[in-house]
Amino acid sequence: MTNTLIFILAGAFSTATPLLLAAMGELVAEKSGVINLSIEGMMALGAAIAFMIAYQSGSHALGFLGGGLASVALSLIFSTLVLVLNANQVASGLAVGILGLGLSAFLARSFESLTIISLEKLDIPILTALPLIGPVAFHQDVVVYLGLGLAVALASFMSKTRGGLILRVVGEDPHIAHSLGFKVLRTRFLAISFGAAMAGLAGAYASTVLTPLWSDGMIIGRGWIALALVVFGTWRVFRILLGAYMFGLALLADLAVQSLGIRIPSQLLTSAPYVMTIIVLTVVSKDALRIKLNAPISLGENYKPSK
Amino acid sequence: MTDIPAQSLLELRGITKRYGAFVANDAINLIINPGEIHAILGENGAGKSTLMKTIYGVHMPDEGQILWKGAEVRMESPGMARALGIGMVFQHFSLFETVTVAENISLTVPAPLADLEEKIRAKGDEFGLQVNPKALVHGLSVGERQRVEIIRSLLQDPALLILDEPTSVLPPSSVEQLFQTLRKLPERGVSILYISHKLDEIRALCHRATVLRMGKVAGTADPRTATSSELARLMIGRDIPHPVHPPSRADGEVRLLVQGLSQQNPDPYGVDLKDVSLEVRAGEIVGIAGVSGNGQSILTRLLSGEEVLSGAQADHIQMLGNPVGHLNAEHRRRIGLAFVPEDRLGRGTAPPMSLSENSLLTAHRSGMVKHGFISRQKRDVFTDTCIETMDVRTRGRHSLASSLSGGNLQKFIVGREMMLSPRVLIVSQPTWGIDVGAAAMVRQKLIDLRDQGTAILVISEELEELFEISDRLVVMFDGKISDPVNSRDTNAEEIGQMMIGHFGATRGEAA
Repeated sequence: MTNTLIFILAGAFSTATPLLLAAMGELVAEKSGVINLSIEGMMALGAAIAFMIAYQSGSHALGFLGGGLASVALSLIFSTLVLVLNANQVASGLAVGILGLGLSAFLARSFESLTIISLEKLDIPILTALPLIGPVAFHQDVVVYLGLGLAVALASFMSKTRGGLILRVVGEDPHIAHSLGFKVLRTRFLAISFGAAMAGLAGAYASTVLTPLWSDGMIIGRGWIALALVVFGTWRVFRILLGAYMFGLALLADLAVQSLGIRIPSQLLTSAPYVMTIIVLTVVSKDALRIKLNAPISLGENYKPSK
Repeated sequence: MTDIPAQSLLELRGITKRYGAFVANDAINLIINPGEIHAILGENGAGKSTLMKTIYGVHMPDEGQILWKGAEVRMESPGMARALGIGMVFQHFSLFETVTVAENISLTVPAPLADLEEKIRAKGDEFGLQVNPKALVHGLSVGERQRVEIIRSLLQDPALLILDEPTSVLPPSSVEQLFQTLRKLPERGVSILYISHKLDEIRALCHRATVLRMGKVAGTADPRTATSSELARLMIGRDIPHPVHPPSRADGEVRLLVQGLSQQNPDPYGVDLKDVSLEVRAGEIVGIAGVSGNGQSILTRLLSGEEVLSGAQADHIQMLGNPVGHLNAEHRRRIGLAFVPEDRLGRGTAPPMSLSENSLLTAHRSGMVKHGFISRQKRDVFTDTCIETMDVRTRGRHSLASSLSGGNLQKFIVGREMMLSPRVLIVSQPTWGIDVGAAAMVRQKLIDLRDQGTAILVISEELEELFEISDRLVVMFDGKISDPVNSRDTNAEEIGQMMIGHFGATRGEAA
């Protein structure tokens, strides 16, 4: 029983990490006023490229680098469509996302069902040996900790730095931001690129650490969950962090319930995260004022500089 | 210009700006001296805003020179204007709502937030511009936002501050406070360029006035000694017409009846309505006076049908003898209501749509739609007629509502509603943002409509306007409404007393 509990609580850190990384990236893009619906496809491409590189080179670090860069490369298409050609953000995001999914399947077709070795979990002296909390919190791989550290860094970037302030005001009203002399399109380009890099890293984590094997379609909706997480967290980093962990738990519920010997149809549990997404979005959307104060007001609206 | 000692702060020589064939500014000369409050007076479309944008570097003039402290400059961008020492507060504020006052200011005045908060407080104390630097702009009133804009400009130590119709967004109660602040600026070495079409404001505040008409300088005047009609004659080229306002026939039937209406305000900061009763008869204009924020907005929402009462309370509001409190806006319009809301963009019109489409919004009942299909011809004729009779300055019916200036859009909306020949017309702030000449025209049209038998209810903050057009007056204060007084038997002083809550004096008088 305790072992199962530890397994689930500890495992949720890992299942939460790709969600957290992708959602933080999307948060930054959305804060600048751009909704990027291609996260799922970007994660898939990042996962495919990362797996291929890690498989060939044996280096996880190179895999992560490649995954992130591939995803940024894909996002250049999205940025061009949305920022230069003023195409509709929703349609462009969906289209680029589908392209990403297709590319991942195509490029990694000869790697189907191959496996690699995952990243090892860190052993921290004394801390890892603590009862219960040790194996849960202090026996994770390095990316889990980097993700948490990034959340802290991102939160303080958003609230404490001039760069974060500019990002937020560009997302609130690009016209005013432009009139005050800020570069709206450049800010949005950087935000989209950051979001894409994070989605690529999230995909890389999924295919080389979490389940270190390649199989087409392995992202199975986690990009969409990351998108929902941003709304769930009302565009606040720490709420997104909390949400990611909750969804991480829900993704493990299936395994957990089976190992506890409870008989619930597994399909029901597998669908739990998605049902939870719907419920959470409905509940969160009711608090209009909170949404109003945190949601980027210009979200989804293109900005065309007038000359 | 042979006298060197009194060097001007800013001088414009022969500034001309064209948009295609249209000459917005034609050879404008203007001199602003250090330490003066200089008014630029003119009607909507006289070229005031174009001229200010030239001075502030938003665009370059086609001809002419700009001299700053005696030396010629090319004003290429607002950033350059700011660097020289010119600050500007636009009508539409450049503030972000979801960040704090201090963060907003930090975007253009880079400094650590803690220092900036201190400076904002200090400037606020110096000039009477109290505002909490840590507050989110979202929660600030329009007046407070304006203070933030002014503080932001002042923190850049300007020698010249340009204010574009600063009172057009303010409730009258905040205007005097703003003026007190502005009067302190010249002693501290800041000149002001004050753009307005409100004569009484300019006379109360400014040292000199340059009057623009049709893009040209029509003359200059000393507003402290000139009379309003002298200024108006310069501004519109003729005397201000005053509406003809004969007494109404007092025997019309009651068209709009409100009795014992109480309603809690859904806005937690709003005023609740308390036992409001009111009647408007056919062929009369009833005015509701009062400082805004005393329940007018919830009352107009309830009267227009934007908010509806439950079936049981329906008879608190009656039109033409039938209870309508439970009917929505569409139903009420169908039985003869027309309504001009205070909020021009968003309620009065759909901003991103053309004027023709905006005609359709409320006038679709007057034969514009057959079997679900829109008759474009009828729609366009209606729109053109409205534009013409109301003298709406626009490029035509295809112009987007959002592209019109506030005053012109207001004329369009009032015109559209009047053309519906309503049985009951409710108008909130009928001449908000409209200049003197056109305002008189709008008022006259309201009186003409009254004479055709329409029952008209006008909610306005401008007392003078209410005296000009209404037959009976009520005053709104703290969610309550006074008994009506005959507007020909009362005076501004009496109404002013009622506006601060002294209803007692008039209880039981004329009805």
